[in-house]
Amino acid sequence: MAELNVQIGDLRLKNPVMTASGTFGYGTEYTDFMDLGRLGGIFVKGTTLEPRQGNDYPRMAETPSGMLNSVGLQNKGVDYFVEHLYPKIKDYDTHMIVNVSGSSVEDYVACAEKLADLEKMPAIELNISCPNVKEGGMAFGTSCQSAAEVTRRVRKVFPKTLIVKLSPNVTDITEIASAVEDAGADSVSLVNTFLGMAIDVESRKPKLSTITGGLSGPCIKPIALRMVWQVYHAVKIPIIGMGGICNWQDAIEFILAGATAIQVGTYNFIDPMASVKIVEGVEAYLDRHHIASVEDLVGKMNYL
Amino acid sequence: MKVRDFTICSNTRLNDRNHLIKVTPVDNSPLPEMFPGQFVQILVPNSPHVFLRRPISINFVDEKQHEIWLLVQRVGEGTDKIATLSAGDTLNMIFPLGNSFTLPTTKGSFLLIGGGVGTAPLLFLGKRMREKGFEPEFLLGGRSEKDILQRDDFEPLGTLYYTTEDGSLGEKGFVTQHPILQQKKYDFIYTCGPKPMMVAVARLAQECGIGCEASLENLMACGFGACLCCIEKTVKGNVCACTEGPVFNIKELTWLN
Repeated sequence: MAELNVQIGDLRLKNPVMTASGTFGYGTEYTDFMDLGRLGGIFVKGTTLEPRQGNDYPRMAETPSGMLNSVGLQNKGVDYFVEHLYPKIKDYDTHMIVNVSGSSVEDYVACAEKLADLEKMPAIELNISCPNVKEGGMAFGTSCQSAAEVTRRVRKVFPKTLIVKLSPNVTDITEIASAVEDAGADSVSLVNTFLGMAIDVESRKPKLSTITGGLSGPCIKPIALRMVWQVYHAVKIPIIGMGGICNWQDAIEFILAGATAIQVGTYNFIDPMASVKIVEGVEAYLDRHHIASVEDLVGKMNYL
Repeated sequence: MKVRDFTICSNTRLNDRNHLIKVTPVDNSPLPEMFPGQFVQILVPNSPHVFLRRPISINFVDEKQHEIWLLVQRVGEGTDKIATLSAGDTLNMIFPLGNSFTLPTTKGSFLLIGGGVGTAPLLFLGKRMREKGFEPEFLLGGRSEKDILQRDDFEPLGTLYYTTEDGSLGEKGFVTQHPILQQKKYDFIYTCGPKPMMVAVARLAQECGIGCEASLENLMACGFGACLCCIEKTVKGNVCACTEGPVFNIKELTWLN
């Protein structure tokens, strides 16, 4: 049996398959469907310092092989998370990781400080790439200077594993990845959603209340894969790859391109058991190819 | 909630847009308890670029035949694919999802108002009400006679009233213009249909001091509370229509504010 363990910062994951923030609630939404302990980790819904109601309806539009969303970080705030949600999820037999977002550097820092005190919260994912909020979010992830600044400031107050989630809505994602690596990030996760839009031709109205939103699903996979491959050659820290992953073949592609671990996102909505099926598929692939450990496969694409 | 494969027992075309599809579990496993107002999420087969499941309300549960009935309106590529499946084909569904209509606890007069394909969950609700000894009445509306679905199935459940926009069946006009609403005092109204119709029904219910529940059909991705896309603005703030709904008491909604 192949070894599925992988290392991300100080975290030892039982396998490289995790679920992406915003697609998996707090894990509790999926307990009818699977044993959460089968997963390498769960990234819970984007959490902010203050509660947020999110954007108006409609927040979703289906597109070919994908969907647009403009949820806008609806959540009850970090204090509610610490008091009411963390106690319910802390004993799941997997790593629970909070995705942290904010509209100012001070927000990110305050939020991270509160989470640093939680014993069973081994890591956070800094979301500097949400395209659906008016202030902050993606604004931090589209310039090297602001990405590095927020990473550096959070690094000072958060001693555990710090993952920074990158936006694909940039000219050169490798520059941002290098900037957050230099600022102290333990890992980068990529990619968040692509900014997109859709219009109803009969009413001539946008399909989202916010006009633009984030595109996800299989339609973005080739671009996400390319970005992971580029970042793999630009940084030394481990990469968590995501973008349209639906099955074990997709997961193996990301690993070959340079991802140490992967996140399953939008496809959780279509097949709630997809992530567990991917764990099984990756393991079978490694056995079939006589590869001792999944870590031996990271970045090992054969060139033509 | 479960994810399960079903076999299509029959697919009957009711009119140019609507199909009644009856399904039974592939493995003959027992059906979980289901309640009127709940829905299923259907995986669209043979259509790789139609990505999301399609939410369809439970039209009826036939315990004897071990079947779930689904009324599917063809509104796009996904529902077209589902509507063109044949007996013997397989459907993958996540079910049962959402809350349900609140059954009455005391005797009274109850009106179930449906418009178009929105009559679907009212058949199941009417059946459950009959089983509990209540006498539901139905006010069904549509553009014309052919748009009033499943009249033969509603018939044994209670008194039926109709409105059509062209006057081809029942009163001419919208459901809220039917004279029965002036003639009779109802204790509670249940409604499902196009949003403008439900808003009009809610307004009428509020003006007459009648309690009312409405079943919503907000656009959704997952159907089980993970994606936060199907939110409805309520007096408690934004809530997921898939888990806190799809049935809401109109007092919780902000439609009339």
